[in-house]
Amino acid sequence: MLDKNGIAKRIAKEVKDGYYVNLGIGIPTLVANFVREDIDVEFQSENGVLGMGPFPFEGEEDADLINAGKQTITTLPGASFFDSAMSFSMIRGQHVDLTILGAMEVAENGDIANWKIPGKMVKGMGGAMDLVASADNIIVAMMHTNKRGESKLLKKCSLPLTGVGCVKKVVTNLAVLEITDNGFKLLERAPGVSVDEIKIATEGELIIEGIIPEMLL
Amino acid sequence: MISKKVANVTDALQGVQDHMTLMLGGFGLCGIPENAIAELVRIGVKGITCISNNAGVDDFGLGLLLQKHQIKKMVSSYVGENDEFERQMLSGELDVELIPQGTLAERCRAAQAGFPAIYTPAGYGTEVAEGKEVREFDGKMHVLEYAFKADFAFVKAWKGDEAGNLIFKGTARNFNPNMCGAAKITVAEVEELVPLGTLDPNQIHIPGIFVQRIFQGETYEKRIEQRTVRQRN
Repeated sequence: MLDKNGIAKRIAKEVKDGYYVNLGIGIPTLVANFVREDIDVEFQSENGVLGMGPFPFEGEEDADLINAGKQTITTLPGASFFDSAMSFSMIRGQHVDLTILGAMEVAENGDIANWKIPGKMVKGMGGAMDLVASADNIIVAMMHTNKRGESKLLKKCSLPLTGVGCVKKVVTNLAVLEITDNGFKLLERAPGVSVDEIKIATEGELIIEGIIPEMLL
Repeated sequence: MISKKVANVTDALQGVQDHMTLMLGGFGLCGIPENAIAELVRIGVKGITCISNNAGVDDFGLGLLLQKHQIKKMVSSYVGENDEFERQMLSGELDVELIPQGTLAERCRAAQAGFPAIYTPAGYGTEVAEGKEVREFDGKMHVLEYAFKADFAFVKAWKGDEAGNLIFKGTARNFNPNMCGAAKITVAEVEELVPLGTLDPNQIHIPGIFVQRIFQGETYEKRIEQRTVRQRN
């Protein structure tokens, strides 16, 4: 079974040379730490920066330089700043190659819910609805089950949707799954996790074809 | 040159009245019009609708207006990090309309650019699209979203000149340029109001035509919401 860093490490392998990537808050943010150093990748943050670098050294924080999580950041050579409309032009216009975000629920048809729990405080969708509605290549990073042990990979989302039929791939602490016309196709198992364990933790339609390899991290 | 310069924040906010719709730039606490917000608190206008990506924190940004119960409605994409906001929202005192961030930006830009409405794929199939007109383009569904109509836009820039030309810094740019010219009156506050001719016309982000009033802010706290650092080895 993987921890959050493990999930990030596995997703980092999906990041290819020449990609512009948007990382959501939470596990997706960790992906930047595991991207191979011999490839060229630029990270976009929807509040208006392309070419994001690591956190600043203490004493070098700049109030005018933050990411979408409102954390202080730095920029790398070649970086650029832009306004919010242009930022979403990059996203909506499908100029960003890969979007990685977290989710509360994913359905077997690619629906995603990650912004609202009715009856609880609603903080808002931020840029998530724009991202999922537009991106061609969306990977969801999340735990396979919730704190009560219930599956987050469902036949149908129970929470209000963020987007319909948009998720392509899900990487969890247990598995890598691809969304197909017929449901979640199991591609890889996390180290030490059996196919049966994944079956039990998946409520939605799970497609198992042949021998399922263990992830290489 | 047509001068947009006003003497101070009080002159800049002339005409702001109760129940108006105001746009305010900023993302989190980054690039917010601090001086205009302080003046809104001072003059005590009530019942206002604020179009702003976020709602500040309890004791800074739009949180200051919430404390005084001056806001009737917020139109935002994300409103966490604010206990007073949560209290007013749950008690029904405050009306909140949550919309996708890109839609928020584009509804500002549409108002600036003279488009009555735009089609966006964001929110299709979700509760955000409920009751809205939808249309298919190239096999993909889109939602019709209208341009905002606002009385004032309050934006914050790094540098500006008397002609109203603006230059922004870093990610403090965010929604500020999209709100310029998107309301009946755009008020720009700048950290530095520089002599005319100092700004290179090649480097202007927003030409003065989109700005009706400009002034240099007295002070800027520029509070950091999430100070994150890495250790030196």
